[in-house]
Amino acid sequence: MSVLQEINPNVRNLKHLEYVVLARRANQIKEELQQVLAACLDPTLVNSDKLPADARQRAQRLLGGCVGGSVGSYTATAGISEIVHRISEFITRRDGGVPSHPENIYISPGSQWALTNILKILVNSKSSSQTAVLTPLPSHSTTSLSITSLGAVAIPYNLSEEQGWALQMEELHRALEFAKGLYNPVALYVINPGNPSGHVQSRKSMQDVIRFVSEKRLFLLADEVYQDFVYGEHEFLSYKRVLAEMGPPLADTVELASFHSVSKGFMGEGGLRGGYVELVNVDPAVMKYIFKKFSMDACAPVLGQLALDLMLNPPQPGDPSYPLYNVETRNIKTAVANNVKRACEVVNSLPGFCCQPVQGGAFAFPRLYLPPKAIQKAKEMGMQPDTFYCLRLLEENGVFASPGCEYGQKEGTHHIRFCILTPEDTMEELLGRLTSFHTQFMKDFS
Amino acid sequence: MSQQAVNGVQSRGKVLTLDNMNPNVKQVYYAVRGPIVQRAVQIEKELKEGVKKPFTEVIKANIGDAHAMGQKPITFLRQVLALCSYPELLEDTKFPEDAKKRARRILDACGGHSIGAYSASQGIECIRQDVARYIEKRDGGISSDPDNIFLSTGASDAIVTILKLLVCGEGRDRTGVMISIPQYPLYSAALADLGAVQINYYLDEDKCWGLDVTELKRSLNAARQHCNPRVLCIINPGNPTGQVQSRQCIEDVIRFAKEEHLFLMADEVYQDNVYAEGCEFHSFKKVLFEMGPEYSNTVEMASFHSTSKCYMGECGFRGGYMEIINMDPEVKAQLIKLVSVRLCPPVPGQALLDLVVNPPQPDEPSYATFMKERTAVLAALAEKAKITEQIFNTVPGITCNPVQGAMYTFPRITLPQKAIDKAKAEDQAPDMLYCMRLLEEEGICLVPGSGFGQREGTFHFRMTILPPTEKLKIVLQKISAFHLRFTQEFS
Repeated sequence: MSVLQEINPNVRNLKHLEYVVLARRANQIKEELQQVLAACLDPTLVNSDKLPADARQRAQRLLGGCVGGSVGSYTATAGISEIVHRISEFITRRDGGVPSHPENIYISPGSQWALTNILKILVNSKSSSQTAVLTPLPSHSTTSLSITSLGAVAIPYNLSEEQGWALQMEELHRALEFAKGLYNPVALYVINPGNPSGHVQSRKSMQDVIRFVSEKRLFLLADEVYQDFVYGEHEFLSYKRVLAEMGPPLADTVELASFHSVSKGFMGEGGLRGGYVELVNVDPAVMKYIFKKFSMDACAPVLGQLALDLMLNPPQPGDPSYPLYNVETRNIKTAVANNVKRACEVVNSLPGFCCQPVQGGAFAFPRLYLPPKAIQKAKEMGMQPDTFYCLRLLEENGVFASPGCEYGQKEGTHHIRFCILTPEDTMEELLGRLTSFHTQFMKDFS
Repeated sequence: MSQQAVNGVQSRGKVLTLDNMNPNVKQVYYAVRGPIVQRAVQIEKELKEGVKKPFTEVIKANIGDAHAMGQKPITFLRQVLALCSYPELLEDTKFPEDAKKRARRILDACGGHSIGAYSASQGIECIRQDVARYIEKRDGGISSDPDNIFLSTGASDAIVTILKLLVCGEGRDRTGVMISIPQYPLYSAALADLGAVQINYYLDEDKCWGLDVTELKRSLNAARQHCNPRVLCIINPGNPTGQVQSRQCIEDVIRFAKEEHLFLMADEVYQDNVYAEGCEFHSFKKVLFEMGPEYSNTVEMASFHSTSKCYMGECGFRGGYMEIINMDPEVKAQLIKLVSVRLCPPVPGQALLDLVVNPPQPDEPSYATFMKERTAVLAALAEKAKITEQIFNTVPGITCNPVQGAMYTFPRITLPQKAIDKAKAEDQAPDMLYCMRLLEEEGICLVPGSGFGQREGTFHFRMTILPPTEKLKIVLQKISAFHLRFTQEFS
């Protein structure tokens, strides 16, 4: 809402298409989390028959890991030890057996918090030139804001729209050379699946990135919060896994921090603030200071830690809740895959509108080819053309999309970003309204 | 992939090393979770593994965590939170109407009626409104603007955020921040982390840790030689010292801040924890406004509160807020931007805060139980404060100021010269040596005074008064006995 709200403070009062994120409609997952949390909050519920037995058992077990049996106690700095262990087990399972060590994991109030802490360690204010971190363009502004608020500079590397927003090695090289001239580049930040781009990196692309950071001696920051949402024939591979499978010497030397969170994926519980970072090949002496940095924050909110535990330990085959869970997650995946197909179909059928394939993530990020008159009108109103488009879209058709200028884009290009994790009927409604608005808009400014 | 090895460096050096990492972070030292706690955790592991020790459990009297020490959560708070978490329970007759009413209201204010949804970065609007109303009520009607309220992930988050905004400049112009000695080490850690200059002003141990403006002036003038002092931090009631500042003192501090053009940070997280006769909590905001427009229109201030202390003790929720006064609107716009980086504070913590500022009223069904529980918690703390002072003062070599408020005692210990020498030879603070010994011999974990700051040549420890009364008495006896043994051993 930010850019639109700055321009028109009344925007917050405008009625718009309410879309409850689809993932949170997943009743089985959602309900289990709600029940477990309720029992943890009010332990008298543990003995009540109001809640199913497995939720109560789970709550009891989790409370056992809380000091004094209360979710109101502080936890260890890195998180409740049993949960941290289970996170490392999850990572090992996910990565086909690549080992994960609990002492390299920190639970934090959301992934951005952990990212800021790691960036803090990387930013050397005393060095002669300003610390730089390479970040993708387009990209969500939170990360570059974190970087600049720490006194460092975010150097963009352009993702290639024509190649479905793929990362291009020549572009990484170019950005790094540019950065080296003026700053002290220390890290490369990648987000996979991409936001807003929707690109899912191939193994080869990831290997290239790993070789690049190794050769150029950069720390790799891998934001993987959208890992549960990958579509079509694409597969999510974690940077940790790809690195491990490249074998030594790279596997033993490339320094990596991977981030995940309960805010996206099948949980969608952003308000609970649960996330984690896994550190790989970091100098043990530096790890001591990472601990100190996290210890200043006391600990992550306990409910967020519990949600993380539930997210990473879903029902397994054989568990009573597994069949329903399995059906629901499959349905969600099918629905979203459908949304992706429909969104691309519809957008690509409209003149002046073009969408790269959405391979993963939560958003579509189509390109707008705006008529000169519209661009002119926007200029007169003192706003970016895509902001103008989005404001009109919201005011006239009640669809909330954010303008590409919020994410960065090539000069002279325009985009919008909208969420595709909605129920299918909401997606149809959205696409219908978008179609009629767009058609009218293009006509009005032709 | 090889296991993380102690000597992880192979033939080429690491990309991220001690030499090129952020040098400020290397200066960070947060004693409350420092080396003594790490040793305590190790000992706990050893006990679990069956290693024989002179004790069967480690008593963690190092951290202000009430629930960890057995304090029970307040029923009403947890009922509402359970309802918010699993709204199906709203149909359950076991939950009282006033709890359900508040749960519904909170859920209505949440995206998609769920505490799992992100909220606005500044915090849920109706909760900020409730906080403002609470502040107005507390401060005798002085108005509070919800837009000046920022909900946060514990008070610590808000404190660090404000410091971030305030710290700038290079060399002699680098921002200086005044903080009491002794202090809660989040401040010293944050200042080190931000590369700000820490300006120490000493509390007067002989005057029950009172604050004197002459000391403020002395410390400020000295600091002006090498930095640009812009901020004055004060913790009231104090941590670790527990003193509750008099109204006169608060006025003096405000006057000083105005004269010296300092931004005032008032950490008031222990505002309900006041025990001593004749002591009363006065909020800095209230006093500021009662001093008239000359002050209330000009002094820039931020006040902090939290759900972790008082009678709630809900540390694990990470709930808190700050109220900013007289902040430049352009700076406030930057603050709003800065808090957006964290997305939003944990919504359960926001909900909890809403209940703290909106407790059951006399005409509501939960009122009686709520007040009973609240009173019991605070009364127990008051009793424990007294017992602690009494018992420690019977021990030769331990002097304990009255615990007027907060949750800690910070007694002064006299250490034999031999012990001091031994510690120095081992490059350890003498009170750290003392506390480590206590931990190994009795399984009691305290934090040495060196972690909080103290006058040169004096030694202290900080102990919480949170263990249940009977256990606390045993702990006090054990520490007393230990002190005598220790003194004997090193005489």
